[in-house]
Amino acid sequence: MDERAKQTLLQLVHDDALQSHESLATRLGVNVEEVVQAISDFEAKGIIMRYGAVVNWDKADSSRVTAVIDVKVTPERGRGFDQIARRIYLFPEVVSVSLMSGTYDLQVIVEGRKIQEVAQFVSEKLSTIENVTSTTTHFRLKTYKFDGVIFDDPTTDQRLVVTP
Amino acid sequence: MSQRLEGRLSQIVRELPPSGIRRFFDLANQMEDIISLGVGEPDFVTPWRVREACFYALEQGYTTYTSNRGMPELRVAIANYLHKYDLHYDPLTEIIVTIGGSEAIDIAMRTILSPGDEILIPDPGYVSYYPCAILTGATPVAVTTCASDDFKLTKEAILGKITEKTKAIMLCFPNNPTGAIMTHSDWQPIVDLILERDLFVISDEIYAELTYGEKHVSIAAFPEMKERTVVVSGMSKAFAMTGWRIGYVTGPEYLIKEMLKIHQYTIMCAPIMGQMAALEALQHGEKDKDAMIKEYDQRRRLVVEGFRSIGLPCHEPKGAFYAFPDIRNTGLTSAQFAERLLIEGKVAVVPGEVFGQSGEGFIRCSYATSVKQLETAIERIGLFLTQLDRIEA
Ligand SMILES: Cc1ncc(COP(=O)(O)O)c(C=O)c1O
Repeated sequence: MDERAKQTLLQLVHDDALQSHESLATRLGVNVEEVVQAISDFEAKGIIMRYGAVVNWDKADSSRVTAVIDVKVTPERGRGFDQIARRIYLFPEVVSVSLMSGTYDLQVIVEGRKIQEVAQFVSEKLSTIENVTSTTTHFRLKTYKFDGVIFDDPTTDQRLVVTP
Repeated sequence: MSQRLEGRLSQIVRELPPSGIRRFFDLANQMEDIISLGVGEPDFVTPWRVREACFYALEQGYTTYTSNRGMPELRVAIANYLHKYDLHYDPLTEIIVTIGGSEAIDIAMRTILSPGDEILIPDPGYVSYYPCAILTGATPVAVTTCASDDFKLTKEAILGKITEKTKAIMLCFPNNPTGAIMTHSDWQPIVDLILERDLFVISDEIYAELTYGEKHVSIAAFPEMKERTVVVSGMSKAFAMTGWRIGYVTGPEYLIKEMLKIHQYTIMCAPIMGQMAALEALQHGEKDKDAMIKEYDQRRRLVVEGFRSIGLPCHEPKGAFYAFPDIRNTGLTSAQFAERLLIEGKVAVVPGEVFGQSGEGFIRCSYATSVKQLETAIERIGLFLTQLDRIEA
């Protein structure tokens, strides 16, 4: 399988991980064995990290709150941001941490069952870390689109059933 | 009373057979829970950037007529776009923006054909060529293409139908309904014949973008062909813009000048909102278009493989978004097959005979449908075939 086909395969698996290897192989015009090999290579190299589902939690009726927190830090000499990021991401309530360009340094996403829970994490854990100089917490009110998936997409097939 | 009046209507129109698709549509439309592979248009909605550009144009007050030929910027964009097929047209004099490829086909035929002329039409082929030819008073003559040739047009087939009355030939590659394409070497003998017999050519290249593995070759790009060829194309298929009704026709100035008369008196101009959207699509829509083509290609492999796996022979369609499997070994006509598949199997396809006599024995299945739907449709068709076998046995 050439590099382009591999990239396409990766995108297809990203979009729908439940597709059968046979179907993926036919769509790409390659053998099933090649697909199996490529996927296990992706897994081995840590390119594919995990298979999951995109869930609209608002609809699932599970009470959970998500906060996006802008964190400013003073990086440590010789260790940069990585060490501080690690100290943050090892907390289980942290679902994502990214280093950002711009007015703050780390974007931290935290999930909890109640606002108080998240607030407590920020005030007791996050802002007390030595190199953290400031935090700004934004609570997520509604998700419209996530990872390429539109959550309240009203588009239905408008086409007539048979056309020339 | 109304019968008497009806009898006085134009004979040529009254004798025109109603569209075969229409009858099938009425039937399919009454059914519930069907999967339709009968749709001749993309399942994608128009790329958002294009729709958004239309909002902007409306906000800016673009609600007027445009030049009869279409907005100058759009004609320049079309001219530039066609360079990719080695087609070179002057945006000032050799392009008209039309109401879809549909209008382009009509005005090209009306400009070229006179009563008594004959025009060769590949069969199976798109449904509007026959009636448009008949409405000019000319006689359409079918030229058969066969599954054994992958539905390519051959010199031999044309030679069998050409007479001294033959004035023009209609072409449609990539083809609706067969998905056939023509390569450079496929065209060469046909180009030679066309030059030898001094024919006009109307080349419907609306599916030019949708080829898989091989790039589209326009017959108008051959030397000496431009002066006798009208190229019909449009935004509908490649950019998922069927509802916008924007197409275009290109050709030598002397032909465009005459076609423009019909267009300016009957249409005036294509709608400006659609033209603004088309401009955005041609200038910035390439990535969106390429993503759709990539997706069609994947689905194409899936359906062809799917049909073969359930026992329906299917040649590899190299263009458009149709597969055209062979149903002859079921013993049913394509109309019977399509009707029973619809009622018993809950899948809508279009009987091949709708596209001409040579389409008999085949069904047109559009793969402009989601992968999930395609997989379910193939399953249903497979089940239908097994039940059919059981009844026959
Ligand atoms: C071969 C072919 N030509 C022309 C058309 C007309 O397309 P439009 O008028 O939308 O450009 C179609 C539409 O189905 C087609 O399949």
